Amino acid sequence: MAEAQNIPVGSTTAGSIAVAAESTVATRMSAPPSFDVADFPVPHGREEEWRFTPLERLRGLHDGTAVATGDGVKIVVEAPEGVVVETVGRDDARLGKAGTPVDRIAAQAYSSFAKASVVTVPKETVLTEPIRIAVHGEGGVAYGHQVVELGAFAEAVVVIDHTGDAVLAANVDYLLGDGAKLTVVSVQDWDDKAVHVAQHNALIGRDATFKSFVVTFGGDLVRLHPRVAYAGTGGEAELFGLYFTDQGQHQEHRLLVDHNTPHCKSNAVYKGALQGEDAHAVWIGDVLIQAAAEGTDTYEMNRNLVLTDGARVDSVPNLEIETGEIAGAGHASATGRFDDEQLFYLMSRGIPPTEARRLVVRGFFAELVQQIGLPDVEERLLAKIETELEASV
Amino acid sequence: MATLEIRDLHVSVDTENGTKEILKGVDLTVKQGETHAIMGPNGSGKSTLAYSLAGHPKYTITSGTVTLDGEDVLEMSVDERARAGVFLAMQYPVEVPGVSVSNFLRTSATAIRGEAPKLRTWVKEVKSAMEQLQMDPAFAERNVNEGFSGGEKKRHEILQLELLKPKIAILDETDSGLDVDALRQVSEGINRVRENGEVGTLLVTHYTRILRYIKPDYVHVFAGGRIVESGGAELADKLEAEGYESYTKGGASE
Repeated sequence: MAEAQNIPVGSTTAGSIAVAAESTVATRMSAPPSFDVADFPVPHGREEEWRFTPLERLRGLHDGTAVATGDGVKIVVEAPEGVVVETVGRDDARLGKAGTPVDRIAAQAYSSFAKASVVTVPKETVLTEPIRIAVHGEGGVAYGHQVVELGAFAEAVVVIDHTGDAVLAANVDYLLGDGAKLTVVSVQDWDDKAVHVAQHNALIGRDATFKSFVVTFGGDLVRLHPRVAYAGTGGEAELFGLYFTDQGQHQEHRLLVDHNTPHCKSNAVYKGALQGEDAHAVWIGDVLIQAAAEGTDTYEMNRNLVLTDGARVDSVPNLEIETGEIAGAGHASATGRFDDEQLFYLMSRGIPPTEARRLVVRGFFAELVQQIGLPDVEERLLAKIETELEASV
Repeated sequence: MATLEIRDLHVSVDTENGTKEILKGVDLTVKQGETHAIMGPNGSGKSTLAYSLAGHPKYTITSGTVTLDGEDVLEMSVDERARAGVFLAMQYPVEVPGVSVSNFLRTSATAIRGEAPKLRTWVKEVKSAMEQLQMDPAFAERNVNEGFSGGEKKRHEILQLELLKPKIAILDETDSGLDVDALRQVSEGINRVRENGEVGTLLVTHYTRILRYIKPDYVHVFAGGRIVESGGAELADKLEAEGYESYTKGGASE
């Protein structure tokens, strides 16, 4: 693909590998992680973790003015037999175990939710059908907390589907017992006006495998913070993401993989297509390899495909390494353009312009879509891509 | 019988220093079954002619007409021209990441033929065309032009020519950058298409070398944005011996 030479005007593709540098993920945050919103100052927009986000479009989630309404979101959980689905109060001991809020909105969500949803797959239970969690926006403001816990050696696929219109801030915890295997597909298929800010915390047990697909199409502003840490050696995380950022949309994915434990693996691949005026995608990929995390093997990659003028990508991979005793560490970021010459070439072979774009975008996303392994989700994503493309012409 | 008629074609491009006229009144008629070689020095405008006929957005037609069987080609979009039967084999075809050759060829053939080719016959058709061009079957799974060598790009262009079977084939410096073996294989591919008698060929080239393999019916010397001399195959021999100097000296060339 056309690598860094072909970056659209105004976009950035920066990368760094810091070895015991002064600027680290921790020092760049406004405050240490906390469950209490009062521990975070109200952001003004120049902070490192907020500088790409249009605060005025957060509808008050960042400054305490967004008050939960009764008609926020409706959540329906469909689970196969053997799965325990509960609605619990704020004091349930299982909440907040996978990670601590790292910014003001995540802390606001943790300080504000009324009831949490806990889905538990008991140990050694292997599901053959996915758990489906439908989160449908009813037009109001909501704060949420979702826990998905897999006991030791349990295996499950969870599809979390966000639709409708809402202003939603949430934390989602994934707790994986030893040897558990969890695949999560989180689809952000919101209506045009929705605002969705969430922190996803995965805590991966010894020899457990976490595979996540974050798929973002809709919303006015979506800002997700998928985070991974390891509770034991031998854990593996595969973080896949796919976004299609349209005219006027802001879609931000901020990953953090904390290699805090020896002999764990992580692999992150996020791909995004952008089209239309003021389409803005942000990708931050922070990977920390702590001094204790010997034998770590990690790679992260972000690819963007800009289909029209007026779209902007900010892509920042960042690797912090505190030990040299690792198996591998790497990162890559590239933003390419579907340009007039490519369009001319395909059209000169009789292919109409809409079809030409479809060909390129489907090809770009194919390798990720095929890995999901859920035909209904795959078909829906491809159909969604088609719709987005048709809307553009 | 398919006929491409170019009449008094004037074409300009926008440059940093304003608009610049490159084609200054081109007249040419190419009929089905004929092969015309357009030969000229660098900067004479011969590639501009090729790209203008295909409809590249960089070029502005300021006056003149181009018709294919009486239909106004200049009114057509790039893809409409291709579907009407105009094919341009490019000198520098671009990379299209994420799109495999096999997917690209099938999509293109579907667009040109108006229906998806039947899978079984299509697979055979592609396979045999690739074999004849000495292309590795693994090529079909690579992304269009991505990491292709110069010779692979040209083979891929001629593969498309064979599969798409246009009425008018414009070959822009298909011979450039090819070693002797590749030139022979590519030329054989072009000849296979010509032999069926259904294509009118416009062979744009700087060198006479390719004319050893592809015998033109007509040779046109292009200089200063138009055709300055036309003749039969013997004109190429004169160019081989004398070069373009007599056409460029004190002439209208850029």
